[in-house]
Amino acid sequence: MARYIRHAACFCTLLLVALLVNATRVQVVQARAHGENPANRRETIARYSRERGDILVGGRPVTGSRDTGEQLRYERTYTDGPLYAPVTGFASQEYGTSFLEHTEDSVLSGSDPLLAPFPLWNDFTRRRNPGGNVVTTLNRAAQKAAFHGLGGRKGAVAAVEPATGRVLALASSPSYDPAALSGNDPRVGRAWARLNEDADRPMLNRAVRQTYPPGSTFKVVTAAAALDAGVIKDVDAPTDSPEPYTLPGTTTSLTNESEGCEDLSLREAFRWSCNTVFAKLGVKVGVGDMTATAHAFGFNDNSLRIPFSVARSTFDPTVDKAQLALSSIGQYNTRATPLQMAMVSAAVANGGQIRTPYLVERTTTDDGDTVATAGSRPVRQAMYPATAARLKELMAQVVTEGTGTNAAIPGAVVGGKTGTAQHGIGNSGIPYAWFVSWAQGERDMEPKVAVAVVVEDASAVRGDITGGGVAAPIARGVMEAVLNSRY
Amino acid sequence: MTKAGTTVAPAETSAPSVRLPRRRGIELALIVLAVLLSVYGYCAVGLAKNGSVPPGAAGYGAGLCVLALIAHGAVRLRASYADPLLLPIGVLLNGLGLVLIYRLDLETPGDRAAPTQLVWSTVGVTLFIVVVLMLRDHRVLQRYAYVCVAAALALLTLPILFPSVNGARIWIRIAGFSIQPGEFAKVLLAVFFAAYLATNRNALAFTGRRLWGLQLPTGRVLGPLLTIWLISVGVLVLERDLGTSLLFFGLFVVLLYVATGLTGWIALGLLLAAVGAFAVGRLEPHVHIRVEDWLHPFASIEAGQGPNQLAQSLFAFAAGGVLGTGLGLGHSILIGFAAKSDFILATAGEELGLAGLAAIFLLYALLVERGYRAGLALRDPFGRLLATGLASIVALQVFVIAGGVGGLIPLTGMAMPFLAQGGSSVVTNWAIVALLIRVSDSARRQYDGKENP
Repeated sequence: MARYIRHAACFCTLLLVALLVNATRVQVVQARAHGENPANRRETIARYSRERGDILVGGRPVTGSRDTGEQLRYERTYTDGPLYAPVTGFASQEYGTSFLEHTEDSVLSGSDPLLAPFPLWNDFTRRRNPGGNVVTTLNRAAQKAAFHGLGGRKGAVAAVEPATGRVLALASSPSYDPAALSGNDPRVGRAWARLNEDADRPMLNRAVRQTYPPGSTFKVVTAAAALDAGVIKDVDAPTDSPEPYTLPGTTTSLTNESEGCEDLSLREAFRWSCNTVFAKLGVKVGVGDMTATAHAFGFNDNSLRIPFSVARSTFDPTVDKAQLALSSIGQYNTRATPLQMAMVSAAVANGGQIRTPYLVERTTTDDGDTVATAGSRPVRQAMYPATAARLKELMAQVVTEGTGTNAAIPGAVVGGKTGTAQHGIGNSGIPYAWFVSWAQGERDMEPKVAVAVVVEDASAVRGDITGGGVAAPIARGVMEAVLNSRY
Repeated sequence: MTKAGTTVAPAETSAPSVRLPRRRGIELALIVLAVLLSVYGYCAVGLAKNGSVPPGAAGYGAGLCVLALIAHGAVRLRASYADPLLLPIGVLLNGLGLVLIYRLDLETPGDRAAPTQLVWSTVGVTLFIVVVLMLRDHRVLQRYAYVCVAAALALLTLPILFPSVNGARIWIRIAGFSIQPGEFAKVLLAVFFAAYLATNRNALAFTGRRLWGLQLPTGRVLGPLLTIWLISVGVLVLERDLGTSLLFFGLFVVLLYVATGLTGWIALGLLLAAVGAFAVGRLEPHVHIRVEDWLHPFASIEAGQGPNQLAQSLFAFAAGGVLGTGLGLGHSILIGFAAKSDFILATAGEELGLAGLAAIFLLYALLVERGYRAGLALRDPFGRLLATGLASIVALQVFVIAGGVGGLIPLTGMAMPFLAQGGSSVVTNWAIVALLIRVSDSARRQYDGKENP
């Protein structure tokens, strides 16, 4: 009988081996596949099991976390939600994440391996790091000035620091409170539906995700192309410009809002924003050089990330001469995001150099140790330094004695360019009011801020006066806020 | 008997020249270790979930310690030659089960299963002490074989009179307590099988006609055995207690084989069982669902109905990986229903990892191995078959549940010995350990030249 007992024992050993092999199969071989199965809630639970890191503006968090005690434990909260929504985006249990909440998610949620004390340490210990913080480049005062300047009107503001590319303000209006999308109770679903159905599209980030015809503000680019290409050698020499200007190859004639643009010099034409002069100038420069300059300013680039993606601003290189004439005054196919126009203004202020804009200064662990910094950013020469110096002068004149006097700041050098963009079928829509500018305080060595403002439903009064009247004061508020901040 | 007698008890060992070590000190040390490990686990759960040592830690530890020490005292008093590993393994598995149930209790605020389990554990250990103290010689049980089988059949049929719970008619509820009589029936049936086979094994093995190389026993000998077995399995199928019917079938086959050594018979039995299982798996809806779930554990996810219990169990095991998430840090509560009973191993797998799971399997394997060893060392066929049967119950049960929740075989509801929530189960398992202590004591006592007093 002993022999058979031994056989039974052998059989049990086989069973044990089968169990161990099966356990290894499930826990080691298939572990990753099971862990990544979308029906497995563990990843989601782990993600919300700790406080999310914060997004910091001016050293203070604009986000927070609330302990709900539920299975998905921590919910996102926002201080001044609508003010910072175009930067923070939302972090919702139900609808995912957007903008910085999305691009910096690995740091904020603590899953970034860089947050670990040593490489591969967390893989070994299976520990999850507390969420890290994201320090933004935003200027609190400038952001407030931008958002409150818009005052609920549809529009956007983008401000950058010309010498570095740091984004100082990014406002979009109307806005929404991302806190309404935190959590997973039924109210979140209702808020999501309401925000998506709203005709004013409050969740649209107009500063970086919406392109507008830039109108006359694009004349900065056209002027730079003309100066760089040598089409204009003396800004004070009269140009050979008729009024009205018949678009090449057509019978359509282009007029100006103001009188007396015929044969004006570049300086005067820029100051009074003469469409005829710049349309003809663009044709004279030619589509090749115009496109090259627009490219150098950042048009037709869909790879820009700040770190979330920026909509592509366009300058169509396949236009005929009549279309080129219109494109050169920021109409026809030319479209730009407010951030792109802020970059144009910043290039002028920064001696012709464009610094790639960025919004994240650095990321840190939850106790403040730096994980990653913005690092060196690509620099691009948008125009010759001499051209930039000329344009700086021209833009400053627009503010001192042109269409942009509303942007003047006592004691500071301010340059600007107004714009009014026609749009809609047969230009029937209410024109967009634009203002792009830069400012240099009296004690500053260089311009500190470049701003672009667009207001969609400005007023029914047509003409450049609209940009100067509606958009310029908002830009001035932002510039003052930056010049007055000392940090 | 001649064959077995020569292999097991060589002549020279019967001389009482050397006194066998009794190793009671080792047992005590291991018990203390088992209690400490359980208390450590209890504290780890509290620290992980609430950031503090649970308030009941000291009382809980003391309670477990006192229980284990009284059991140890009983062993010292009446079974001083017993295998020193059996009791500590029982204490450790029971303690670990309490920790896991307490840990799952924290996630289900309405349900406090751990205190109830502690009460049942006390009942179980009390039964252990009673058996060790009162049952002086296991051979006494042989006399009560027919009482045992009558009681077993009565217990098995009793739940038919009670309403079914979760699709299985295996519970009786009296005064708020629910008892699973099938659990007790296992031990009783093992006693009966051992007694009957010990008496009739020669008749089974060497009488009757030969047919195609198979030795067919006479109907008079095999008949009663087959009848009892068919009744018990049939009743369980009626009650939809698949796990236990599988267990009874396995127990029957193993004991028949160990008693007679007739391989052909066993092969035939297994073949018939396979055919039967296939037919039941195809036709019986309750079983068919289990088989489908086993073959396609993620079908419900693809159908958009979310993961079923087995898928959740696999997720839990996978989440544990090699080292586990740590006690209290997993999410095996997602399994939902039966997380504290049938699926408790998934919590062990998630929070203790493959390492912890392998350790638990090895603890069971050690328990089984010590049972077989006692069987090998005994001289009387009843004792040998009893030890083998009891050890096989544990082995089969562990395999059927662990294989089921791990996706190796179709899932059949059964309780992991000692770990799972369930009073009848804990009490029964303590009875099994008590009987193993008794037979191992007899096995080692006979070498020391001291027959049972």
